[in-house]
Amino acid sequence: MVANILTSRIMTDLLGGITSGVVIGLVALSLVLVWQSTNVLNFAQGAMAMFATYVGMTQLNHNLNFWLCVLISVLVGFLFGAITERVLVRPLYGKAEINPIVVMVGFLSLLEAVASSIWSSVPRFLTPPFSTTYFQNGGSPTGLSPFALFQIVAAFFVMALVALLFRYTNLGLQLRAAALAPEVARLLGVRVGRLLTLGWALSTAVGAVAAIVISTGDAGLFPANMESVFIAGFIAAAIGGLESPAGALLAGVVIGVIMQFINDYLNSGYAGFVGVILLVISLLIRPQGLFSKSTQRRV
Amino acid sequence: MIAIENLSVQFGAVRALTSVSFRAQTGAVTAVIGANGAGKTTLLRTISGLIQPHDGRILLENRDITQVETEDISRMGVAHVPEGRGVIAEFTVEENLRLGALASKVDVAAGLALQYEQFPVLGQRRKQYAATLSGGERQMLAMARALIAKPKVLLLDEPSLGLAPLVTGELMDTIQELCVKQSLTVLLVEQNAKSALRIAQHALVLHIGSVVADDTAANVAADTKLRRYYLGLND
Repeated sequence: MVANILTSRIMTDLLGGITSGVVIGLVALSLVLVWQSTNVLNFAQGAMAMFATYVGMTQLNHNLNFWLCVLISVLVGFLFGAITERVLVRPLYGKAEINPIVVMVGFLSLLEAVASSIWSSVPRFLTPPFSTTYFQNGGSPTGLSPFALFQIVAAFFVMALVALLFRYTNLGLQLRAAALAPEVARLLGVRVGRLLTLGWALSTAVGAVAAIVISTGDAGLFPANMESVFIAGFIAAAIGGLESPAGALLAGVVIGVIMQFINDYLNSGYAGFVGVILLVISLLIRPQGLFSKSTQRRV
Repeated sequence: MIAIENLSVQFGAVRALTSVSFRAQTGAVTAVIGANGAGKTTLLRTISGLIQPHDGRILLENRDITQVETEDISRMGVAHVPEGRGVIAEFTVEENLRLGALASKVDVAAGLALQYEQFPVLGQRRKQYAATLSGGERQMLAMARALIAKPKVLLLDEPSLGLAPLVTGELMDTIQELCVKQSLTVLLVEQNAKSALRIAQHALVLHIGSVVADDTAANVAADTKLRRYYLGLND
């Protein structure tokens, strides 16, 4: 009986959906971090993370340890995010909202083109340090492999770190203040400019973790490999509320599960379409996002 | 002590302040009064570096701070409680206070203890979100958050706004008491001229961006012309 439940089609889809959902959630979290601090929708988020992953993970070719490559990717992401904010985004503050969108879409194309010319657009397959063979139960495969567990644990680890930082540290308090009330924060001596840079750095580091997880999977690492997960993450962030990190994560997981079921029971071509429908419905019902409290802002 | 010399501020073609000069002394409350649009808020925002003047200088204890960034002016000991108070509603009382202490060299725990002693109501509500506080309590929180960093200068923008007369009276007494006890330089911007003049030693009357009177509070309060034309106080 137990074997039946664990290996049933529904359970397999549920676990598979959660696995891809946590990664969508990470992308959504990364978008929320940047939106909250600087009110910029970072369309280049996936491409920036992809770039950082190329820099770090191609070091595997030099026989570097897998985890060391992960660390390099995350650090490169952190620096890349900081530099992007300083050089590309900072001059756009206070301008019309369309300006950063245009710039970031342009940056996205540029990064993909540069990545193709440096590393070519042929996918590279990175061997993860975990098996992708599903756990067996009574001779039938379950929906979970050691690699899928790694994905879930990595995603939750990053989410927990971000939550701890924002909830329980002085730096987190200042980061939240800089996002909620930048002028008040400056009047209290908080160096808001530096914190905005840090917000971008953190966001790109989180994005890099998502990109590593995606790139070590079946699809491999190629310049456009973040595009579909970025769209799903973007929808998750919009549905969950751009102001709510927890809402974005939850929406990511829910979208992952829904898409998995659609892939399996209907047609894999419908998944993207359904994502857009979910977005439209949620925008019609609650334009500010399901978990956002933005209607009751500042006193 | 804070000294303003020939300060002029312009928004596009509109002059908000025209050659404003005065001094605010340590241990005294200097009231800045005048009608809506007189430039009172602009004056405070320019001192804090939120607005760049197009002419003139601002001196904090003889140091020119005209070009200094807002966050550094705050770190140099100028606390600005903005109009509408700027309490962060999504933060608890204690988080608001901690935020005020972090950028300074003050020990956070000691600072919190001192402010809870000074404003007992904040101690009772430390875990509550600032959104749940009454107007008077929010003003207390905004003041405590400014004071926790041990500032030298306190800039208060319309603290009586939206408060009942009784609460305003108590608040003004608190301001006066703190000013003397902690040797603060207080710049008190008020539309409520009567309340402000009651506790101030010095007063500055602004009218469409210019200083029309710079005298002791007693003299300004006694000047019938000023009272009638600029302060809207009818006897």
